[in-house]
Amino acid sequence: MGILADVRLFMIKKPEKVEIENCTMISTSPLSNQDILRVEGLKKYFPVRRGFFQNVIGWIKAVDGVELSIGRHKTLGLVGESGCGKSTIGQLILKLIDPDGGRIMYRDKEITRLSQGEIKPLRKEMQIIFQDPFGSLNPRMTVGQSIDEGLRVLHMKGHNERSERVEELMQMVGISPGAADRYPHEFSGGQRQRIGIARALSVEPSLIICDEPVSALDVSIRSQIINLLKELQDSLGLSYLFISHDLTVVGYISDSIAVMYLGQIMEYGPAGVLYDNPLHPYTVALLSAIPEPDPDDRRELKALKGEVPSPFNPPPGCKFQGRCPFVEKRCREEDVAFYQVGDGHAVRCWKVAGG
Amino acid sequence: MENNKSNIDMELETPVVGQVKSRKRELLRLLKENKLAFIGLIIFVIFFITALLGLLLTSGKEPVFDPSMVRLQEKLLPPLASPHLESLRPHEVPKTGVYVFGTDDLGRDVFARMLQGAWVSLTVGFVAVGIAVLVGLFMGGIAGYFGQKYIGLDHIIVVLLFSTGATLSLTGKSFTGFIVIVIDLAFVFSLALIRWKSRKSRYFKWLDLLRKKTLSIDTLIMRVVDIMLCFPSFFLILTVVALLPASIYNIMIVIGLTSWMGTTRFVRAEFLSLREQDFVTAARALGVNDYRIIFRHMIPNAIAPVLVSATIGIATAILTEAGLSFLGFGVPPPNATWGNILSDGKRFIFDAPWLTFIPGFAILLVVLSFNLFGEGLRDIMNPKLRERH
Repeated sequence: MGILADVRLFMIKKPEKVEIENCTMISTSPLSNQDILRVEGLKKYFPVRRGFFQNVIGWIKAVDGVELSIGRHKTLGLVGESGCGKSTIGQLILKLIDPDGGRIMYRDKEITRLSQGEIKPLRKEMQIIFQDPFGSLNPRMTVGQSIDEGLRVLHMKGHNERSERVEELMQMVGISPGAADRYPHEFSGGQRQRIGIARALSVEPSLIICDEPVSALDVSIRSQIINLLKELQDSLGLSYLFISHDLTVVGYISDSIAVMYLGQIMEYGPAGVLYDNPLHPYTVALLSAIPEPDPDDRRELKALKGEVPSPFNPPPGCKFQGRCPFVEKRCREEDVAFYQVGDGHAVRCWKVAGG
Repeated sequence: MENNKSNIDMELETPVVGQVKSRKRELLRLLKENKLAFIGLIIFVIFFITALLGLLLTSGKEPVFDPSMVRLQEKLLPPLASPHLESLRPHEVPKTGVYVFGTDDLGRDVFARMLQGAWVSLTVGFVAVGIAVLVGLFMGGIAGYFGQKYIGLDHIIVVLLFSTGATLSLTGKSFTGFIVIVIDLAFVFSLALIRWKSRKSRYFKWLDLLRKKTLSIDTLIMRVVDIMLCFPSFFLILTVVALLPASIYNIMIVIGLTSWMGTTRFVRAEFLSLREQDFVTAARALGVNDYRIIFRHMIPNAIAPVLVSATIGIATAILTEAGLSFLGFGVPPPNATWGNILSDGKRFIFDAPWLTFIPGFAILLVVLSFNLFGEGLRDIMNPKLRERH
């Protein structure tokens, strides 16, 4: 790292402000054929209902105008605290829930408004890996059946070919194929996570949403799974959306990183740039919270005060205003735009961007 | 790459100790350790075999044990009494040689009647609970899986019109009923046509009123369950049975249709929690359809508590049937059930106590065994209540 150390002088040398649309819209990078997935202004509001007639009394803005793009064979890390809407984004992209606004483009095809029937051919393009290795496999199905299910429902192969494919997949993720007749409770957490990966790979997807795939694992197994994911990316040409709250893991696997807070992307940039030169106060705080293995290299811990506020009817202005150490009057009044501050580096803060 | 592979191998070699036992064998072991449940299971198996034998031995043209053979000269004999061979024709002599459970006031062999009654109790228990479980699974499954969908005003109108038409045609006014159903179908068809042709037209703006969401499916089903639970079920069954012609099948159906509410609540709760599980999300991401998700992923995982409550439900159904027969609303004579043997016997409780005690004890034993087995099954299936080994 340390590629762009000179940008640390950002407080002196103010970066150029690039504002494409009034408040939320900005392209993190121009639409190119290199992108496998693009998300523009994505919104998901959950209604809050109260009372006998279940009247809607407000909205939880789980995802509130998110821009993302994932390059082909690349990994985008999505970082944020619990409850900031990371997993909701994953489910929106997979069309497991319907978005309330914005666009999702997969390989230049808009999939935002597709019905469940129309999305079916695309099911084999995008898959998901889950956090909890204990909840992600059906306890009443053998792991072979679990891996086989996608092939079966998408009518991809004949019976014998399918069982061959299951064996091949199990080998690919490092589980002995003889274990296909076993049930999930007979495996350890790491092994189950491998089986979950095999299931996702069964339909030969191009994009895999990794929803905190290593957060529930031991540190030793964590690195094995990460290495397995990287290896599979190289051999199969996969793209990942890697959702996590762990910045070290994300920094290791990702090509670019998006930092999320309360349903909005706060900062976006190539992994190296973001680590060496975090601009947004939130990113700075997150990075300073990473434990440093070297005891001599102590840094100032810029711990944030307070907790993530409820996304239920948040006040106008910057989402981060309640916890930002540099908050000013303007932050409480205006919605903040996404400012381009460098090559593929954008930040949602007018102060650091010099707006 | 090389380094990676060795890591993978390393993890593969980590043995999974003590988990190789199959699930069924594990359940059997736990069942054996739970003494009361095991006793319950044994009594249940004995009862099952007895009932099957009872059906075979007491039915047909010339049954081995004829439960309806009247021998007035042999009335009210105590258990294990020998028949008076001189006064009986050869085919009237019981095949066991003695009256194992004595005879009743008409000289009928109580043993034969108990055998016949066992089959009645068994079928009533299983069919009634089968109906209850099926209805409960269906209603609970819909409430849990599709419960968040809303019922529109148009749905209510369509259903109301249809049921009015159906009721009219079934109660004799078939022509009026037919007209109402035709109007209903025309309504459905025109609504669909208007929606398809001119969705955006402002002339049909008022139609949005018909789409107004009234209440969710979940609310509808669960409130029906609450209402059903408000009735004291035994008296509800009594009322319905009094209105219907007396028959064993009516009793089974009525008991079944008044005891599905518990299962519905169980299944709904299980479905609500299972729906949020990651493996269901994974299945949906793979494009698995609702039908397969429900039958392959949800029901196998939701069935355990349902089976437990069904086991206890069988005991309740047997008891209810016995109670109905005792009150004279049950299976019509000459068919014997444990309830009406008990009921007939109560007039002679001081002269012939075995007529009440034998069926009473049989009911007690079977109901108790089902309850014990059900409770044991619940403990076994709930790992939190399991003792640590």
